Amino acid sequence: MKAIKTIGLVIFLIGLAIFTALPLLGTYNLNEADFNTIVKEQNIKSDVFINELKSNIIGTDFNGMQTLSPKISEALNNANESHIKNKEWDKKIYTSSSDMAAVIGKKSANGFIANNKGFMWFLTFGLGIIGALMFILPNVILLGKKGIKNDGVYHESATNRGWIGWMVFIFLVSFYLVLYFASEYATNWTLIVDPISESLSGNPAGHWFVYGFMYCTVMTVMAVRMYIKYRHNIYQVFRTTSVLFFQIVFAFLIPEIMVRLQMPYYDFKNAFPLDYDFFFQWNLKDLINNGGIGIFILVWGIVLTLIVVPVMVYFFGKRWYCSWVCGCGGLAETLGDPYRQHSDKSLFAWKVERYLIHAVLLFVLIMTGMTLYSFFTETGTVLGIKTATVQSIYSLVIGSIFAGVIGTGFYPIFGNRVWCRFGCPLAAYLGFVQRFKSRFRITTNGGQCISCGNCSTYCEQGIDVRAYAQKGENIIRSSCVGCGICSAVCPRGVLKLENGPEKGRINPTEILLGNDVDLMDLVNQK
Amino acid sequence: MEHIVIIGNGISGVTLARHVRKLSDKKITIVSAETDYFFSRTALMYVYMGHMKFKHTQPYENWFWKKNRIELKKGYVKQIETEDKMLHFAEGDTLQYDKLIIATGSKPNKFGWPGQDLNGVMGMYHKQDLESLETYAPNNEVCKRAVIVGGGLIGIELAEMLNSRKIPVTFLVREDSFWNGVLPKGESEMINEHIKNHHIDLRLATNLKAINSDEHGNVKSVIIEETGEELECNVVGLTAGVAPNVDFLRDSGIEIGRGVKVNRFLETNIPDVYAIGDCAEQHEAIGNRRPIEAVWYTGRMMGETLAQTICDNKTEYKPGHWFNSAKFLDIEYQTYGWVFAERGRPEYEQHFHWRHAKENICITVAFHKDSNEFLGINTFGIRMRHEIFDKWLTEKRDVDYVMSHLKDANFDPEFFKTYENDILTQYNNTFNTNLTAHKKSWKRIFSKV
Ligand SMILES: Cc1cc2nc3c(=O)[nH]c(=O)nc-3n(C[C@H](O)[C@H](O)[C@H](O)COP(=O)(O)OP(=O)(O)OC[C@H]3O[C@@H](n4cnc5c(N)ncnc54)[C@H](O)[C@@H]3O)c2cc1C
Ligand code: SF4
Ligand code: SF4
Repeated sequence: MKAIKTIGLVIFLIGLAIFTALPLLGTYNLNEADFNTIVKEQNIKSDVFINELKSNIIGTDFNGMQTLSPKISEALNNANESHIKNKEWDKKIYTSSSDMAAVIGKKSANGFIANNKGFMWFLTFGLGIIGALMFILPNVILLGKKGIKNDGVYHESATNRGWIGWMVFIFLVSFYLVLYFASEYATNWTLIVDPISESLSGNPAGHWFVYGFMYCTVMTVMAVRMYIKYRHNIYQVFRTTSVLFFQIVFAFLIPEIMVRLQMPYYDFKNAFPLDYDFFFQWNLKDLINNGGIGIFILVWGIVLTLIVVPVMVYFFGKRWYCSWVCGCGGLAETLGDPYRQHSDKSLFAWKVERYLIHAVLLFVLIMTGMTLYSFFTETGTVLGIKTATVQSIYSLVIGSIFAGVIGTGFYPIFGNRVWCRFGCPLAAYLGFVQRFKSRFRITTNGGQCISCGNCSTYCEQGIDVRAYAQKGENIIRSSCVGCGICSAVCPRGVLKLENGPEKGRINPTEILLGNDVDLMDLVNQK
Repeated sequence: MEHIVIIGNGISGVTLARHVRKLSDKKITIVSAETDYFFSRTALMYVYMGHMKFKHTQPYENWFWKKNRIELKKGYVKQIETEDKMLHFAEGDTLQYDKLIIATGSKPNKFGWPGQDLNGVMGMYHKQDLESLETYAPNNEVCKRAVIVGGGLIGIELAEMLNSRKIPVTFLVREDSFWNGVLPKGESEMINEHIKNHHIDLRLATNLKAINSDEHGNVKSVIIEETGEELECNVVGLTAGVAPNVDFLRDSGIEIGRGVKVNRFLETNIPDVYAIGDCAEQHEAIGNRRPIEAVWYTGRMMGETLAQTICDNKTEYKPGHWFNSAKFLDIEYQTYGWVFAERGRPEYEQHFHWRHAKENICITVAFHKDSNEFLGINTFGIRMRHEIFDKWLTEKRDVDYVMSHLKDANFDPEFFKTYENDILTQYNNTFNTNLTAHKKSWKRIFSKV
């Protein structure tokens, strides 16, 4: 068994190494015909750019994106510089050099990778999946009897912020940086998933397709780990299945198939304000121009946020979304589960959390207000501030850096819910409802708590669960995503997530059940 | 300002301090020789097993004490002069008090076994024991085998700890079935099986005779009383119960029995000196309780109660219905009310026992055989709602009512398989009754007595 695990780990690491090397490998050679198509598709009017590419790039062999990309970026800068100088605004290219390089790279890739997509898929994703499963599956036997399996969490480098944890951190952060800011380097990754993309939407893959596919793959493999680890806990099994289903079907398959059917790309479960660009001009226009289905999506998006979300939170707590449906939550609960103990439980962290998350909510609301105002009045500015600038700041700082690079990249260091806890505006909104108007609570079982601290340690949201439990108080916190792990790890059966009458839900206590009833009455009534 | 000095920063002392602070402005000092800050003793095992770091066992952040004006003093109290109201520390300094609370907890029992003070012999009570275990049993290369002496709750925790590092364990238990002084037969047997299933070498009805040393004063082996067998080992865990940690009080004039003798107001024979928690011994047992209650919850309750008295609302220690819980490796155990083992069971107490055919799940319900009054319940592998059983005990419900309303009491996480119907069927078959299970009702759960 041990041997299988080791072999699995080696196979996984080989797959990962090849995947990691891909951005710098491969050969590119752009031919005239392809270039002309690009010029047409991208609507390029800059003769400077076209000529420079023709003389420097077309017909030349490039080894690796790192040789091609700087040339393109140089050409693009030169072109724009001269157009700006000559005030030829219609010729200026607005596509970013990174996107341009990605488009050209995709068309011009011609080497081994481009010609052996299936094989390369196997060497990366294939080996990764096989290796990871070989590493994970023996745990069915190795972990022994069913029960809580946290032995050694704080002894191992991977889960105790040791060097493995830091390596994972560097990998994840770099991956997100490529994805958001240097997508041309993802060209080879897109190639190897082309066949899958074509079979779904009919189009070749872009880097967001790579991300979506990888997301589903990682979640599925790590869900297997969850199933094994928590096999005694049916709540965890159901919950994991649910997030996996919503990720694969709603976030991944349905939008791709909608594209094939000439419909807008839309994830039906992604609610505003997490889906922050839902009300952006281009999206609204796109939806309105799409006729019936577009209008349906528009109405659904609004109903989802204004009615479905709060009503469901009233009945079941925020968990129905955050740890049963949401994709961010889904990754956090699968890939992120080994890191949940790193969330900071201090009062200070709680303060930071409240400032940050509500600031982001405010930000998204103001931005959306500006967006809608601009949309209906058909102006580009509100009170002298350019709506588009605000939008791009939000997209960059919150949408990309906070939610992606920090949110996921920092899993091994700050725990698996950094984004959900400190940043997600939807979580803030759900949290208000959960805190003030909901049937959900985590009931504390009378006086049974022994203050051991397992619950607080493993709360991914950094809630000091013990602080409530040891006072006999129910846990009612806007940030609780109802993952149920505190309840699972409690060795004394103290915590139960449940939906019940609102009355008596919040029960501040000083004297716990089990003591003199008169004393309880005297002190707790105050 | 009155100065309240508490010796011991365990659950009882700290609970007292918190409540005194809430009720008054008195000066409060907590003294401890063990650690700087309060930690949860019950969580020591999780540190060794790698579930937590030591800092996670501390229920309050370090700034808490200053903010609440609770002074912390690290030092070992060597002697108390009750005339002058003065504490003398081993380090040489002194501390004046107006009211003194002794909350010094317990220490592991040692029964004078030859070799009981060798290197590698330890209890599992203080933080220092954990450190010592980390030294002598860091892994299964340094510690090839460990022997645990004494089959109580701490013994089985120690076995689980060592097991988590794959250190072979031999577990010597004096009784002929695990913890059968407390657990009825069926339950005790289930735990025996469970221990063995974890590859722990459980030796029932077996006593320790002596511990042998190697040439460096380290543990080499133990000798078994009954068979004379010699077992090679590197660590011996002594977990044959605990006793109040009161030796330093012997000539202070404070009345000592096994623990510090207290009345129902937790007062000792000396004015302004009180005792709470593991180290306090009631002159007369309260109800079915023992005169010394060495559990977490009672320490807390004594702290809650005594704070009232200290703050001029003289209050008797009057604990409510008994409850407790523990975990035997993977099996959670809860108890509410009284369920006695075979030994010491009142003749009126009758039991109903149900055990799952395959899983490690069972319950035992105790009731009065004439009046049918429900007396208590033990559950293994099913969580139960404390509030409900507390209420049923207060209302003196009969056992039929309890059995048919078990769904109200279930506290397992959502979607877990439930067993109330199976349990009720067996109950009906056993007692020729025809009860039907009532659906869970929030109204009943939240109704007041
Ligand atoms: C491993 C383990 C697991 C347990 N699990 C459970 C459980 O699951 N459920 C349960 O109910 N109970 C459990 N218990 C029992 C429970 O922990 C104790 O009942 C409780 O901690 C007692 O609290 P206390 O405040 O009375 O004393 P303690 O926690 O023992 O605190 C007393 C403190 O006083 C200090 N002290 C003593 N003498 C002096 C002196 N002369 N000068 C200065 N300082 C001194 C000691 O060093 C110690 O720090 C467990 C105990 C152990 C050891
Ligand atoms: S309080 Fe419990 S259920 Fe809520 S997020 Fe924390 S661990 Fe999950
Ligand atoms: S895990 Fe359970 S017993 Fe431990 S502190 Fe949390 S609620 Fe209390």
